[in-house]
Amino acid sequence: MAEATNGYKSGSTLEKILRAGKFAATAELGPPKNADAEVIRKKAAQLKGIADGVNITDNQTAIVRMSSIAAATLSVQNGVEPIMQMTCRDRNRLAMQADMLGAYALGIRNLLCLSGDHQQFGNHPMAKNVYDMDSMTLIRMVKDLRDGNKFQGGEEIKGTNPRFFIGGAENPFADPFEFRPYRLAKKVQAGVDFIQTQLIYNVPKFREFMKRVVDLGLHEKVYILAGVGPIKTAGAAKYMRDQVPGMEVLDEYVQRMEGAGKGIEDKKEKAAAAREEGIKICVELIQQMRETPGVAGVHIMAIEWEEAVKPILERAGLLPRPVVE
Amino acid sequence: MIVAEQKPFEEIKTKIANANKVLVVGCGTCVTVCFAGGEKEVGILASSLRMASKVDGKEKQIDEVTVQRQCEWEYLDTIKDKIGEYDLVLSLGCGIGVQAIAEHFPDARVAPGLNTAFLGLPLEQGVWAERCAACGNCILDLTGGICPIARCSKSLLNGPCGGSDEGKCEISGKDRTVDCAWDLIVKKLMARGELDKLLEIQPAKNWQTSRDGGPRRISREDLMLAKE
Ligand code: SF4
Ligand code: SF4
Repeated sequence: MAEATNGYKSGSTLEKILRAGKFAATAELGPPKNADAEVIRKKAAQLKGIADGVNITDNQTAIVRMSSIAAATLSVQNGVEPIMQMTCRDRNRLAMQADMLGAYALGIRNLLCLSGDHQQFGNHPMAKNVYDMDSMTLIRMVKDLRDGNKFQGGEEIKGTNPRFFIGGAENPFADPFEFRPYRLAKKVQAGVDFIQTQLIYNVPKFREFMKRVVDLGLHEKVYILAGVGPIKTAGAAKYMRDQVPGMEVLDEYVQRMEGAGKGIEDKKEKAAAAREEGIKICVELIQQMRETPGVAGVHIMAIEWEEAVKPILERAGLLPRPVVE
Repeated sequence: MIVAEQKPFEEIKTKIANANKVLVVGCGTCVTVCFAGGEKEVGILASSLRMASKVDGKEKQIDEVTVQRQCEWEYLDTIKDKIGEYDLVLSLGCGIGVQAIAEHFPDARVAPGLNTAFLGLPLEQGVWAERCAACGNCILDLTGGICPIARCSKSLLNGPCGGSDEGKCEISGKDRTVDCAWDLIVKKLMARGELDKLLEIQPAKNWQTSRDGGPRRISREDLMLAKE
């Protein structure tokens, strides 16, 4: 039985902000590699009232962390709306649906569906992977639970069904480039409500992607949040450019990061200058995203640097956040 | 074909350590073609083991034989008279061959000399690659003849994922030897003008026909011998 949600699919803040046509801003909250709830509380305090929702990653890069369902619940308790991530790497459809029932019961309303990084990258490369489903069929399953009132296996849900605002990811920089907009179209068809993109450090290429997305009319069917993030060091910029599969970083950003802090002797000051440049680049990127047709918001990935989100949004003119209902 | 690889010599030595009379049994089919357990490999391994046992000061009797197919009873019957003479059979067949010997000769002790790796083919001299995961419900017509179950690292049915990088899979690492199956599928179908195939969402797979449904078996009435 569907709960009353006043015409909203899930009633989450993120959904309301997007529906109201406001430019959304989401952030990330990475769960700790231990069982300390205090870590979540601290990070949540830095993001409360700043971001419309925070992604709670699910064993990101295949490294064991506090479960996204537990961390998302702690986030709810600390007044920050979670966007719970779920990957297909670690759970089969039974476990995923069980977690969805639990997550909804615990007050979680946004769910981001991912295939997940291969376990080879993480701290348990010897693990068996699951991949019972993929991100596409996961999206469809969440939609069926919500709108079809049935489990993936076909059985009807008696009683409260989980009603999530359904997220997905898209990487405009992964190959083959010409197929990416079509893959997004498939996710829309599967039932995705919003999309967060991979980190963008190549605006012309992203705009080319968005042009095709707009030509296909997809921006009217799905909210697209452009992925941006502050770079901390020149080394990080180079690493993302050269080592991370499916990431593109234009040389100009690497050069700017290298140039920041040039001539400064003091190590601390030098690092601070680089961080400042990273934040500056991020603010510029947000501005460029706001000017890109079809973009409904930004997703700020300041991984293990949550305190950077506030100054970034402040300088981008996106604070205070709109209040809905 | 089934592709296998010989176990490291030291491991094989450990496996036969407690036996004095060993029969090394090769197979004339798949593992001959992939140079892992045919007559030639059996010969080389048997003589290396003989030599090693001499060096170690406990000379073993190591004999060799290669049957045409280790996975069929009638070929195994060719060794039924001699198998009882040995304390250990070292099979250079695939995992199926090893089990066939164990099943056909319940008294025999069998050890595997190969690691059975995958169902695949030789790409070039000395290189083999996986092609099929025996999922029990083939969909190759939908994917341009390229298997996403066996060849995509995540067995995605609606790929490619966000890690696909210049035709290579995200697991590739520095040597970049693993192709992204979905990059191959997408490029092939798009070039052929079959985008519509790619746009169709493939539903979640029913894995019951795969290993997940339990050990599999095929029974065909039309081929069974009439019961007396
Ligand atoms: S779809 Fe299944 S049967 Fe066909 S090649 Fe792939 S794994 Fe083998
Ligand atoms: S990169 Fe390609 S082959 Fe590798 S997991 Fe992703 S879709 Fe599959």
